[in-house]
Amino acid sequence: MTDIFFYIFSIVALAGAFGVVISRNTVNGAMCLIVTFLSMSALFVLLEAYFLAVIQVLVYAGAVMVLFLFIIMLLDVEESAARKTSVYTWAASVIAFGILIVGVVAIYSADSIRTKAESLPEASGASLKAFGYELFTTYLLPMQLTGFLLLIAMIGVIALSKKAKVDS
Amino acid sequence: MEINPIVLKFVYAAVVVSVIMGLCSYAVLAERKISSWIQGRVGPNRTALPLVGGIPILGPFLTRLGIFQPIPDGLKFLFKEDVLPGHVNKFYFMMAPVISLVPALTTVVVVPFGRFVNEAGDVVPLVLANVNVGLLFLFAISSLGVYGVVLAGWSSNSKYPFLGGIRASAQMISYELAMGVSVLPILMWVNAPGKEGTMNLFDIAVAQNGFWFAMWMPLSAIIFLVCLFAETNRLPFDMAESETELVSGFHTEYSSFKFGLFFVGEYAHMVIGSCVFTLLFLGGWNPLPFVTLESLGMGQGILGAVLSVGIFLGKMCAMMFFFMWIRWTLPRFRYDQVMKLGWTILLPLSIANLILYIFIIYYLDTGL
Amino acid sequence: MPFVIKRKPLNLMEKLYLPEIARGLSTTFKKIWEKPVTLEYPEQRPTIPEGYRGVPTLVRDPEGREKCVSCQLCEFVCPPKAIRIVPGEIPEDSEYAHVEKGPKEFDIDMLRCIYCGMCEEVCPEEAIWLQNQFSMSGYSREEMVNNKDKLYELGGTLPDEHFKWNKKKDAAAKGGGH
Repeated sequence: MTDIFFYIFSIVALAGAFGVVISRNTVNGAMCLIVTFLSMSALFVLLEAYFLAVIQVLVYAGAVMVLFLFIIMLLDVEESAARKTSVYTWAASVIAFGILIVGVVAIYSADSIRTKAESLPEASGASLKAFGYELFTTYLLPMQLTGFLLLIAMIGVIALSKKAKVDS
Repeated sequence: MEINPIVLKFVYAAVVVSVIMGLCSYAVLAERKISSWIQGRVGPNRTALPLVGGIPILGPFLTRLGIFQPIPDGLKFLFKEDVLPGHVNKFYFMMAPVISLVPALTTVVVVPFGRFVNEAGDVVPLVLANVNVGLLFLFAISSLGVYGVVLAGWSSNSKYPFLGGIRASAQMISYELAMGVSVLPILMWVNAPGKEGTMNLFDIAVAQNGFWFAMWMPLSAIIFLVCLFAETNRLPFDMAESETELVSGFHTEYSSFKFGLFFVGEYAHMVIGSCVFTLLFLGGWNPLPFVTLESLGMGQGILGAVLSVGIFLGKMCAMMFFFMWIRWTLPRFRYDQVMKLGWTILLPLSIANLILYIFIIYYLDTGL
Repeated sequence: MPFVIKRKPLNLMEKLYLPEIARGLSTTFKKIWEKPVTLEYPEQRPTIPEGYRGVPTLVRDPEGREKCVSCQLCEFVCPPKAIRIVPGEIPEDSEYAHVEKGPKEFDIDMLRCIYCGMCEEVCPEEAIWLQNQFSMSGYSREEMVNNKDKLYELGGTLPDEHFKWNKKKDAAAKGGGH
């Protein structure tokens, strides 16, 4: 039963991701991304990481993508039908894809990942309390750094979007 | 006979969804009746069922109350001509009403309607899925409802719906933050040190056997309530459809049953919103602060379960009434006022509120 | 002379906004218990004030004679040209043969009528009256044209007792004019 659900949601997630890449219409792309996010959160549910699943929907599908859609609509992005793909783009994407494949193979062939499913420790995302505790003890520094990074980005945006004073 | 538990879940889900749909259709009636009372009118009072309406005193009384009105209202949505304008993006145009209704009905699964004390003395919640992250699940899924509005606005390919869709998305982003932050004090109090971590709505309701959260966290309650109005697109925050400026906003191009789905979706959001507010701040199914059904000696068995559901539904209906009451009291905000209220008042206020309760809860838990 | 109305600065309670909302809520809550002002139309009819200009009708005098003498002034004055009159002779053997004329056909198109009351004002015989009826409905354009029978049915009898034409007849019989 779980296997069937896993394959269904994996296929939907991959199809959605593929749709994001190939769709010409930006709104279509955004909707495909939402589908991907939702099926990814379904995969989290299958891993019994309910908290992560819900956060995935709440933050990405619920807030970030609404913002995306808002921006797409406001900017009224033209359908990029006429645009030609340059040679550089092709080369870059082929190289990036190659690196991705190498990475996946490398990770998969490493020994560390080949542990039995039974021997895996309980994922820290499974329990709410464990998640919060780990976040504020073991992973405090990465979290603070990430927050700081976001703060920098936010200040940058404010500085950029602020109107320059016109001397009269 | 053994019934497959999965089949049983389907049956429960069907029952709950049909109850919610029934509540929605009667919420429409209540809205019409309450608006008419507040405005000194009579409201729907003509529709009579052939047999029931003929009962001597009861029939005319029910007819005057408009009890049968939802039936023709629904039929009207079904049988009116369904116009599909030529200039729309057909796929999203068809999807949008469904997308706006489905999240509202999905969130129902984590809302507990009452509790049942079984023979072993355990308190069992009456809920479809008793998940640990219930509150977050609810926020997450209900935030998806805005896609229906945004897509409807965009796919209609016409100016007023488009403006409505943009407003809806901006408004949703602005108020969800304050809404989330305003419930954090409750979660902190419920997840006191030494307890199992929970965001379960049932546990939150049980934690209000003494004080209700609305009593000692009034600021949280008010912020949450205001955000709830904004999130359900109700007046005074119905920027997405504001008739005076945008014809009727995102559903201008919709007709017949597609419009009906939007309409039901709005009321379903209201029903769920009222449920959540009742569970978070109004003590769930506790009849009065400090008075539980157990302390009245009526908490056992089927009677206790029915009473708890009844009290819960009563509080929910009171909240629904409040929604409608506000609608006919306050005029609509201007759009810039809505944004200003969200970002410059509610968000800072909710953060200040959070910090205040961090200290209060810290001192309450550790002792001064 | 233009003048500026000073806007009163809000006091603290008004600035807090919520107390004012509570006040508004109490106002609307009181309204719920007030008696509705609705007139439930088909059962309850509005009281028609005196001088009401409803549907134009033709009237008879207490003897049952149609008062209209087919002078066509109303047809002439009618702004939307809703009135059509075909004048007819009054037969020799009639009691009122001396009146000379009466309407053979008298149609008022209620789809054109604007209820201005000029026909009533202009009528020298007080034969056309805008009465209390205010609700006209029909399924076709033809139905909305009131013919002579319909107009007399709607109009009824005007209870004036001066019998102008009888007096004229008497005077003529005595050999005098006026």
